[in-house]
Amino acid sequence: MSASSLFLCLVGLGLFSFFFGRRRIHRLATGASQKQHSRDVYHASFLVICATFVPIVLLVIWTGISPLVIDALLESFLKARANTASLGELSVMIAKTKAYYAGSISAAFIDDTIAEATNYYADLVAHSLQARSFAVLLLAIAGVGLGVRKIALRFTARHSVERVAQLIMLVASAIAVLTTVGIVLSLIFETIRFFATVSVTEFLFGLHWSPQIAIREDQAGGSGSFGAIPLFAGTLMITFIAMIVAVPIGLMSAIYLSEYASPRLRGIAKPGIEMLAGIPTVVYGFFAALVVAPFLRDGGADIGLTLSSESALAAGLVMGIMIIPFISSLSDDVINAVPQTLRDGAAALGATHSETIKQVVLPAALPGIVSAILLAISRAIGETMIVVMAAGVAANLTANPFESVTTVTVQIVMLLVGDQEFDSAKTLAAFALGLVLFFITLALNILALYVVNKYREQYD
Amino acid sequence: MTEFRQTEARKAQLAKRYRAEYRFKAFGIGAICTAGLILLFLMGSILISSLPAFTQHYVTLDIEITERHIDTQNLANSDWRGLARTSLRAQFPEVQGRRDKRALGKLLSIGASDDVRDYVLANPSSLGTKIRLPVTLSDDIDLLLKGVIDRELPENERVVSNQNLAWLDKLVAEDRISRQFATKIFTNGDSREPELAGLHGALVGTLWTLLVTLLASFPLGVMAAIYLEEIAPKNRLTRIIEVNINNLAAVPSIVFGLLGLAVFINFFGMPRSAPLVGGLVLALMTLPRIIIPTRAAFAAIPPSIREAAMGVGASRLQVIMHHVLPLAMPGILTGTIIGLAQAAGETAPLLMIGMMAFIVDVPSDVTAKATVLPAQIYMWANNPERAFMARTSAGIVVLLSLLLLVNATAIYFRKRFEKRW
Repeated sequence: MSASSLFLCLVGLGLFSFFFGRRRIHRLATGASQKQHSRDVYHASFLVICATFVPIVLLVIWTGISPLVIDALLESFLKARANTASLGELSVMIAKTKAYYAGSISAAFIDDTIAEATNYYADLVAHSLQARSFAVLLLAIAGVGLGVRKIALRFTARHSVERVAQLIMLVASAIAVLTTVGIVLSLIFETIRFFATVSVTEFLFGLHWSPQIAIREDQAGGSGSFGAIPLFAGTLMITFIAMIVAVPIGLMSAIYLSEYASPRLRGIAKPGIEMLAGIPTVVYGFFAALVVAPFLRDGGADIGLTLSSESALAAGLVMGIMIIPFISSLSDDVINAVPQTLRDGAAALGATHSETIKQVVLPAALPGIVSAILLAISRAIGETMIVVMAAGVAANLTANPFESVTTVTVQIVMLLVGDQEFDSAKTLAAFALGLVLFFITLALNILALYVVNKYREQYD
Repeated sequence: MTEFRQTEARKAQLAKRYRAEYRFKAFGIGAICTAGLILLFLMGSILISSLPAFTQHYVTLDIEITERHIDTQNLANSDWRGLARTSLRAQFPEVQGRRDKRALGKLLSIGASDDVRDYVLANPSSLGTKIRLPVTLSDDIDLLLKGVIDRELPENERVVSNQNLAWLDKLVAEDRISRQFATKIFTNGDSREPELAGLHGALVGTLWTLLVTLLASFPLGVMAAIYLEEIAPKNRLTRIIEVNINNLAAVPSIVFGLLGLAVFINFFGMPRSAPLVGGLVLALMTLPRIIIPTRAAFAAIPPSIREAAMGVGASRLQVIMHHVLPLAMPGILTGTIIGLAQAAGETAPLLMIGMMAFIVDVPSDVTAKATVLPAQIYMWANNPERAFMARTSAGIVVLLSLLLLVNATAIYFRKRFEKRW
């Protein structure tokens, strides 16, 4: 049975056991002298849990694990039959076997070994499915049987049900941690494999990035080089340009909105600026690549500047626009959190409104603003679509914002999009870049938290 | 008692301070105006460049549906293209020679044959008769008629040749050219031809993906929030989980794509380009964005509600399920809708797992190859044909309208059900 039909079976069994359990406790209760501990619905739910909980867990685990086991078995089978040690050949044979099994290649393309392996593979798959259905249904029926015996008037069904519910909730909140662990592990695992072919120092400090890998040994210019400094430099430049745009506009509009603006203006302008945050990044990318970049190039040509059509300037400017609402809403919050008494005190000393803001409010809000800027930087570094669409692809170590540069995220996309074999250094490099990206953004977030916690004054 | 005197120096200083005040205020107004103008410019430029894509020019042809082109037994595989071209040539009896005839045929879109076929399939009685039917023109001709391609340009800079222009003018003079709303943009799947490319496949793909995201992230997010806010003891473990969730919300989206590629596709062997994997990746991304507002919604419920329920003998879980959760539901739904809207606009992680393939068919389930709206926009934006720029902008307009609608729903929910305690 397929996983979905098994699941449907379990759902049906669950429904049945709910009504069955409710009837049973109802029967026991009618005319009994003892008082019932839990309400009917808990007894019914208890039976549902007995019937479905363990089988569903088994179903999920089996479905997740069995392909891995079957693949390993198939690999050892082919290894024994074909007497080949080459991993590449083996993986081609495995792919062929699976394709033939799935019916996507015709019999003309396979030899006897593959045919045999396909039979073996089909056997394994069929047996695994049979065993899974058998085990799951057996456990479910056994669960109902055992559960029914426990249902009794004084049985504390509510406690059992609540314990299971709490367990499920704990697991749900652990998923977040599992995700982080998954990210770190998968990135580190692939990165270690990458560093088996390229040294760490070359990656982190090398000045040359051209991830072409030789298909043949003797190919000219085939040796890829993985020095990531040009990528880091490009990312920094675009982030810097973005910040030059975003910090003044975001900060000044936050100050004006929280200190000067009438409630009416605030009611219009604040959602307006936040609308910028709701626009998908692919839209900004389109805007940067097809509106801003040609505009800058033509404008630059008019005043005698040569701008690349994928200039860092265009990507940076548009990324800055994207970041504006981020800085303005975070700064707005911290400026509003500065107590009014501070402003009143400054006004009483004869300071003008802007003097109050510059000399009292902003210093008091500074830790929050700095942390907002740090978060914005982390956001800009990890931003992908704008730079993929508007920045360059070729790694270019330059400090000229009119030239085209590339960034870490662009390279990750370029290395992974399209057909790829999973073992080449080229693919693995993307994971190494992802790891760097993950740790830089993590460090910036932690730093932002630290700044707020360390330097914030407690006024109340 | 000292006398306060307005000396010249004081006056000058005061004026300077007031000037600084005005400057500062002007900077503030300038910043807001800049942001507003940018928003207007962005929206305006996209809206204007999208307009051509919402209409399409057709040429009305007299088509004789004869046995010469049509195999009545096998209508689907008949020579509809030849029929459309022959009918066009009938308008221009003076055109002779293979090359000219072929150039004439190029006025029509490849989709013109589909127009004829669909009409005949819908009206079988038209077999053997002569019909008048508007059929799709090719993208370059369409752009020329819309004025996007300037007809005053010299011939070698213009995509449309002088010969084509003359033919076209004749058709216009005969009043055979009509402009209609381009329904194909909503009913067709993707195509290499701009005039035929539509968003139907991408819209359905987005729906499938978001369905998976919702089913995976909503229950998990709400359960996690209940646990962390209402049940968990305040200890080291829950503190770690909390910090983790906040950090997860700040991880760049592309890293989630890498996770999906390494874990879902390479480790578990799930299919590439499928809404299932895309939805799961987006679910992991959306999870913290649901947990955080849900926790805020729980925290906003006053403790007196919980105490009253406990006072009449409810267990902790009963308090949550019967009282706190229903009361927090509007806040939870608002947070979920906003989280899903963000997920709907996400592109980068989906590129990693191959949801940007060229897919003509409309996906039929969550394991079929599919693409989503933002990825479709990205692919169209990479197309060199000029007409695709309008198509891309139109895609963006559709995406933004959808997001606006979704967010407006969220705001409505909040306003309608919000309770002040």
